[in-house]
Amino acid sequence: MRSKIKRLAVGAIAAAIMVSTSAMSGTPESKDPIILTIHDWTGQYITTHIMGRVLEEMGYNVKYQQADYIAQFAGLESGDLHVAMEMWETTGKQAMEESLKTGKTIDLGETGMLAIEEWWYPLYMKEKCPGLPDWKALNKCAKVFSTAETHPKGRYLGGPVTWAGFDDERAEALGLDFEVVHAGTDAALFAEVKSAYERKAPILAWIYTPHWAPIKFKGEWVNFPRYTDDCYNKPEWGMNKKMAYDCGKPRGWIKKVGWKAGNDKWPCAYQAVRNFKIDNQSMGEMIGKVDLEGNKVDGVVDDWLKTNKGTWKKWTQCS
Amino acid sequence: MSTAVAIRGFRVGLRYSPWLLTWSAALALTLVLYLLKDIWPTAWQYPREWYIPLRFLISDFMKWLINDFDLGLFTFKEFTRSIAWLLNWPLATAQGFLSSGFKLVFGEQATVEIPRLSWIAVVALVAILGHYAKSWGLALLVGACFLYLAVFGRWDSAMVTLSSIIIVVPIGVALGLFVGIISFRSRRAAAIIMPILDLMQTVPVFAYLVPVLFLFGFGPVAAMIATIIYATPPMARCTVLSLGLVPAELVDFGRMAGCTRRQLLWRVQIPSARPTLMVGVNQVIMLSLNMVIIASMIGAGGLGFDVLSSLKRLDIGAGVEAGLAITLLAIALDRLSQAFVSRPPPKHQEVPRNFVRQHPHLTVAMILIVGTTLLGLLAQPLQAYPESLMITTGPFWTDLVSWININFFDQLDAVKSWLLLNLLIPFKRFLLALPWSAVVGLVALAGYQLGGLRLACIVGSLALFIAVTGNWEKSMISVYLCGISVVIASAIGLPIGIWAARRERVHKIVQVVIDTLQTLPSFVYLIPVVMLFRVGDFSAMIAIVAYALVPTIRYTDHGIRQVPAPLIEAAQAFGCTRRQILWRVQLPIALPEIMLGINQTIMMALAMLVITALVGTRDLGQEVYIALTKADTGRGVVAGVCVAFIAIIADRLISAWANRKKKELGLAT
Repeated sequence: MRSKIKRLAVGAIAAAIMVSTSAMSGTPESKDPIILTIHDWTGQYITTHIMGRVLEEMGYNVKYQQADYIAQFAGLESGDLHVAMEMWETTGKQAMEESLKTGKTIDLGETGMLAIEEWWYPLYMKEKCPGLPDWKALNKCAKVFSTAETHPKGRYLGGPVTWAGFDDERAEALGLDFEVVHAGTDAALFAEVKSAYERKAPILAWIYTPHWAPIKFKGEWVNFPRYTDDCYNKPEWGMNKKMAYDCGKPRGWIKKVGWKAGNDKWPCAYQAVRNFKIDNQSMGEMIGKVDLEGNKVDGVVDDWLKTNKGTWKKWTQCS
Repeated sequence: MSTAVAIRGFRVGLRYSPWLLTWSAALALTLVLYLLKDIWPTAWQYPREWYIPLRFLISDFMKWLINDFDLGLFTFKEFTRSIAWLLNWPLATAQGFLSSGFKLVFGEQATVEIPRLSWIAVVALVAILGHYAKSWGLALLVGACFLYLAVFGRWDSAMVTLSSIIIVVPIGVALGLFVGIISFRSRRAAAIIMPILDLMQTVPVFAYLVPVLFLFGFGPVAAMIATIIYATPPMARCTVLSLGLVPAELVDFGRMAGCTRRQLLWRVQIPSARPTLMVGVNQVIMLSLNMVIIASMIGAGGLGFDVLSSLKRLDIGAGVEAGLAITLLAIALDRLSQAFVSRPPPKHQEVPRNFVRQHPHLTVAMILIVGTTLLGLLAQPLQAYPESLMITTGPFWTDLVSWININFFDQLDAVKSWLLLNLLIPFKRFLLALPWSAVVGLVALAGYQLGGLRLACIVGSLALFIAVTGNWEKSMISVYLCGISVVIASAIGLPIGIWAARRERVHKIVQVVIDTLQTLPSFVYLIPVVMLFRVGDFSAMIAIVAYALVPTIRYTDHGIRQVPAPLIEAAQAFGCTRRQILWRVQLPIALPEIMLGINQTIMMALAMLVITALVGTRDLGQEVYIALTKADTGRGVVAGVCVAFIAIIADRLISAWANRKKKELGLAT
């Protein structure tokens, strides 16, 4: 947006200096930087940078601040942080609802992406365990999935304890002969999946999407009885009358959350954040470009912005 | 030979027979308590109803501190936020020079951009510093370290990391010096400060990240403050130690010369304490760089972020390269700081004729900065290292791990399974089966035997705290994981240390290896380890051993080298063989120092618990980590304090034992 740039060399000082005059499109209500949080997975990095670039096009100043996925709510409430682009129903719903109750944060609507998380196996396991993807087949081949420590039970590699997910409860409620092992981080989780995939060895693990893993590794999700709210809340629901969690994991929205006072400070910016929509398909492609092909996030975001100008231009309209 | 041992054993047995009896009785009681676990379960498993809800109290206190605590003119939060604001200035300045450049805004329209220092200027500057401090050799070494950052495409991140390090280190050093001087001067202050330093060093960082974030806000400043908390204690300790070592004659001389107290401190004591003080400075640098990964989790960015994000996408090669960048940064800064200490004092005979001759290094540096900045505007490659010239070894590392995985997984798995089934799991079950009341009693008994009633009370009540706050089971898992790791680390470390002490070439190689192990972020090797050994205790154990090995090697090597030469000559005169000298002279005399090394190994093992939580252990480390991700202050602090207490118990017992041993050998003063 810099319309002209002229160079000056300031004699005595060691630096040469660039002066630029700028004429901005749109009218930012405030020049204070809008702080977008970034977490540690690529998809979120991409959505946040797309949003950031769009806001910059609108004339806002944008800053990216790294913050923990759950711990960020403290910052969003106090105004240290302003917008978080990805809050997953499957993992962050509880924390988000608690935070919204304080009245200091605001729900900025869905991103259009659908989060899927479930027990997952590579396609080559279908030969060793016929009957998949039906969950009832799991018990028949628990031994196939076992290791020295879990034998004769199968081994299921769950996510970090902090992701909740209720896998210990699920295994018990559905009477699965599997031991749930929790990976401490998703790096460790995918490291083990990759290791098994390279050796075509048995693995049953928690995989989620949008993520590069289900793009790179060919596999399927196990079909559990479909999730409903009642399944988690009412023990009498489903095949196990005494326990809840006798079903699969919920699939759900991914939402944007913001610092509430920011809505009055930058109304047009917040409107643009609300308008932000993208689908699993295009996200998956972008994540693949970064994580699998080794492209830089900035370049991938650039390409998206160029080819989807019509899409994001609509987000910026503000009455 | 064997009779001699037998007789000695007999004599020892006789001398300690009251203790032998006591211990037998105590262990028998433990067994009885275990057998009675169904009849009298409270003695076996600490009852849930007796938990003290300390973590909720702490969480509530934290909330009050943040929301309601008013200091009159301003609130506590405003106070901490203004500290953060103050600290942000030097950080922003350093970042301006090294990474982001400056952007000056004049009015509405005009902005002036001053570019950051070019990569050539920075590489040259550190090389000039190296030459100024010591020699061309050092200049070459530090220059090469920094060149690596540019050539391997780590420059931008490295400069972000460097700019926070060069702010953190002086603050940490100044703070440590200040605290150290206070505790040196006043015994009463020392009695309060020393336990706090213990806690600062042993409470895992994750435990106080949440309160730090609440108080100082999200961003690089919070990360800086956490780093300062973690890196300052060694400086304070070294200050106390070194001031105590200043010869009394020197201090008396200073007094006679009419020094005031302040002059005495700054003109006499501190200059003569400089070598030990510099050890403290070195530790501050090393620990700050150790924190880079954790700091990046709360928003410091830089190399730590690179490591984390490349490992997230399992790009092991990129993780290794970013990790090595941290190591090289540590080595460069460490060697520079060491060189500045041993730098000969300037000669004053020659009267300099002009500025250039008087300050040749400064002149060259100035010319370089001005020159490269101006040229950088004309030719981009002079400003930022061109991407086309970057190289990477990334694919090699990634392929190497895959190759090992595909070809050797079964063999590795067999070894792992055997160890797990025959060693790790039985030991874990054993520890978890021990009655808590008996363990607290045994710890107190050990304290009593080694250090008397006072020590017994201290270690006993620390152990009791763990039970009372409801962390017993997790603590036992921590003890199991660390215990096994320490045994293995000592079994590997002692022979290597001995070997290094006796062969100069081995010593040099080992030094490089252990320096790397200590500064390479453990996350870098944790992920390949998980690929080869799966998620679980075994992977955690390998990571702990790799990190905790270092002090055992270092102290064993150092301890044996410190054995006075006349003693060895005397042994040689008696016709001792090399083997006999080692076993009869060197090892016994070096034993206290070796024990100190093992003590440090225990500390490091406990410090690693938090990192191993990332591969899914279920111990105190995991508890702290969960608390972090749930932003639960109380839970994290209490679990963190439990880790610290285990460390302190081990430390006090071992120190007491080593002190006694020293007295027996006549080494104590």
